[in-house]
Formats: sequence, structure tokens, C-alpha cells
Amino acid sequence: MTEKKYSKKHEWLEVNGSVATVGITAHAASQLGDIVFAEVPAAGKSFKKDDPAAVVESVKAASDVYSPLTGDIKESNQAIVTDPSLVNKDPESSGWFFKITIKDQNELKDLMNKSDYEKYATENPN
Amino acid sequence: MSAANTELKQTGKTSLYEFHKNSGAKLVNFAGYEMPIQYQDGIIQEHTHTRNSIGIFDVSHMGQLKIECSSSIFPYLEKIIPLDFSAIENNQSKYSFLLNDKGGIEDDLIVTKVDTGIKIVLNAACKDNDAKIIKDSIGEGFTAVLRDDLSLIAIQGPKAVDAMEKIFKDISKLNFMYGNYFEYNKKKIFITRSGYTGEDGFEVSIKNEDVQDLTQDIMRVSDAKLIGLGARDSLRLEAGLCLYGHDIDTKTTPVEGALSWAIPKTKKEKGGFLGDKIILDQIKNKPKKIRVGIRPEGKIIAREGTRIFSNDQKEIGHVTSGGFGPSVNGPIAMGYVDYDQSKEGTKVILKVRENMVQGVVSKLPFYKKSYVKN
Repeated sequence: MTEKKYSKKHEWLEVNGSVATVGITAHAASQLGDIVFAEVPAAGKSFKKDDPAAVVESVKAASDVYSPLTGDIKESNQAIVTDPSLVNKDPESSGWFFKITIKDQNELKDLMNKSDYEKYATENPN
Repeated sequence: MSAANTELKQTGKTSLYEFHKNSGAKLVNFAGYEMPIQYQDGIIQEHTHTRNSIGIFDVSHMGQLKIECSSSIFPYLEKIIPLDFSAIENNQSKYSFLLNDKGGIEDDLIVTKVDTGIKIVLNAACKDNDAKIIKDSIGEGFTAVLRDDLSLIAIQGPKAVDAMEKIFKDISKLNFMYGNYFEYNKKKIFITRSGYTGEDGFEVSIKNEDVQDLTQDIMRVSDAKLIGLGARDSLRLEAGLCLYGHDIDTKTTPVEGALSWAIPKTKKEKGGFLGDKIILDQIKNKPKKIRVGIRPEGKIIAREGTRIFSNDQKEIGHVTSGGFGPSVNGPIAMGYVDYDQSKEGTKVILKVRENMVQGVVSKLPFYKKSYVKN
């Protein structure tokens, strides 16, 4: 496991070899409020970087979760489909959304580290 | 640039604004007012706290119109509000609407008859226009004043009555949709037993300078929590109540809005109000479309604007309010469908993003409790 990386659209990802686990950040989860619905992509689906790949809905609104990388879905987290509140309770661990193969390692360079993201999130709350 | 412009725009603040901020509120602009959407507990906890215990809502953004008058005003008011004013008891409240000449709803409102005249509670976004319509209709002989010296708070939930009784003796004797004068800080205030959550509760009209004291007093004598507009919306949706500008508007009539029950029998027979021809015809021959409740299957939320299709793929309407109902523990929606598809139990299809979600036309309210009748 490597250090977590963060996108400008408030997703986190954790790289493990050629696969990245993706979820929404604790900051995003708290901004959304009570999460009541999550839709995750089916295994095998392909996405380009910044494509909408999953949906998360709070009591207030529906939001897209974007794929921070180009790749194919390896696996999705059915636990958050069954219990969407898991995304609020544990956003950056058991509340993950999907695992995606990494097609282009260069795309990882566009992502932020934790301290840069925290600074970014304070300046760009939504 | 645009951000700076937004900041310059004047937003209203209620007298509880600082109190909300200090209580951890997330504030949003609603109808030109900076209002709490939620506090630290979040919408679901605020919702269930109101259902199970007691919640306090600041609704001071709403308009409180007072008309000093005698019964000679009734014919003027009945032209724009389809009620039988002489049949309303003193201190009784009625839900009704301000109509336009097409029978469309300019606003929905609560009218209360008191000794000195008529009190009307109006939606925040409509209140200035409403006041103008009402003043034009009643003419020079009467004065109608939007009372910006008064705040309005709603105290809702099964424990509301016990908390209020500790502060206002005998308030528990009020029936639902009746009001009376009580005393607070040595001033006369008006309280009705009413609300918009589907729970028993009260709405208190009180001087701006006293509203925070009363709010804190209620919190002191009970486990009342402040509740934001987010939970107010999920509570009223579960209760099947309309949100003006979404579920009803200037282009929908009370009949289409499934609100004919609010028009008294005499008015349904004889008319005599704006748009009466259209409304009476719709009562007799049924409207083309009508507001219904819809329960989507599964967990997908069908929000406002979702298109509704019949089982044979014909587009039959759209959702006007949709969300998650914490007390029914699932998605709920209201919307308009073709009249022939409006029967309870009719299967419909909701198109949410790329999903075709099954749904069923359902009885309103989604969540029901009985109101108090002494």
C-alpha cells in the first residue's frame, strides 16, 4: 500500500500494485451530510479519467463520484449499497466505492497528497 | 467576480440568526433569507428527533399579515381566497390559497380569524406579492400589514404539548387548527396548534425581541432541539404536504393539487372566487392531471423533475418533490400524473439517470399520526 492520493473532485485513492481503490473523502462525506443511497459501477465497466463512475445521494442532493483514473472496474463495494450510511461513518476506509485498474501511471501525477488536499479542500469546500 | 456579486446581494436575517450560528447551523439562502438548513446532528437525526420528541423550527422568514377588520371584509377576501369566512369560528385556522383568474395558486396560506380581524401566514418567497394582491382586493377601507416586528417559531413533535404547557398554562386544551392569545414576558402573544410536519405542535407568533428567550425556555423545559429546513422538508414530504413553488404553483389549481378538500362545500357549489369556473369544472369533470404520492421501489431517490412513465412506456407526468423519508426508511415522492393513472396502486416507472425504477402510486400521507382533538 502506498500513501493515499486525492483528486480535485474530492475522491481519495489508494494504489496497490496495478489497482487503485477509490472513495470519497471525509471532507466530501461531511459536506454531503446524511448519505442515503449509493450506486456503484459493475465489474468490467471501463472509465476514462474524470468520467462519472458512481452516484452518491445524501438527504439533500445526488452527486456523481468521478473516476480519478482511466481503467476498468475490478470490484465494487456492495456494503455501501446495502448500508449507504457507511460512507458517512468510515469514508476513507470501509466506505470505499470501487477498485479500478491503472491504465496510465502518469495520471497519478495529477493527484494531490494529503496535506495539499487538505489545503485545497479548505479553499474549495464544494 | 460572480462570487463578489453574490455577496453584495442583500439577504434577510431572522432575529434568531446569531442564535442559529452559535448553535452550529449550516446556513443557506432560502427565499432571500439566510436560514439554517441543518445543525450539527444532521437532517436524519433532526427529523427523527421531531418525530419522537420535540423540535423547534425558526420560520420567521414567512409572512405574517394582519388585517384589522370586521366581517364586512369577508366578501372581498372570499374573491381571492376560497373560504367561507363567516363559517370560521373565532380563533380557528384554515388552510387555503390565494387564487389567480385561471384558478392557479398564487400561494398557499393559513388564515386565522381573531377578535380584531384576520391573520394570514404566507410563504416567504410570495409574501410581498401576496400582500399586494390582498391589498388590491380589499381596497382602501381596510389596512393589511406584513408584520416584520414579529417572529414565528414552530414547536413540533409528540413532546411539544408537555413542554408548552409548562410555559403556557392550559395550552394543551387547544384543539388542532385553533389558536389563542397567551402571555410571555408580560406581552400578549398568539399561538396556534398547528404545523407542517405531520406531528402535533404549535406555531408561536412573538415579538422579535422575545423569540430567543422563548426558544431557550422551551429548550430548558424539554429536550427540544433546533431543527433546520432540511428536516422540515423531509417531515412535510412524509406528511404529504405541498411545498409551494414545487408541488403547487401559479399554473396548478387546488383540484389538480389534490387540495379540493380545503375548499368548503358551499364554495364548491356556488363558486364566487377567482378562477371558479375552471375549478368547478375540474371538480365536476375531473382534472387532466393530479398530484399523487409515489413510492419508488428499492433505494433510488426520484427527485424533483424525474419523468414518470406508465407501465406501457407512455410519459404520464413528473416528480415535483422527492427525497428520502427517514421515518418510512425509503425513498418517497410526490408528482403530477395523468388523471387516469392516478389511482392508488397504479404501477409507474420513474426514469432516474439511466435507471428505470418501478414505483407505485401511493396514498398520502406516507407517514401518519393523529392530531389532537380535545
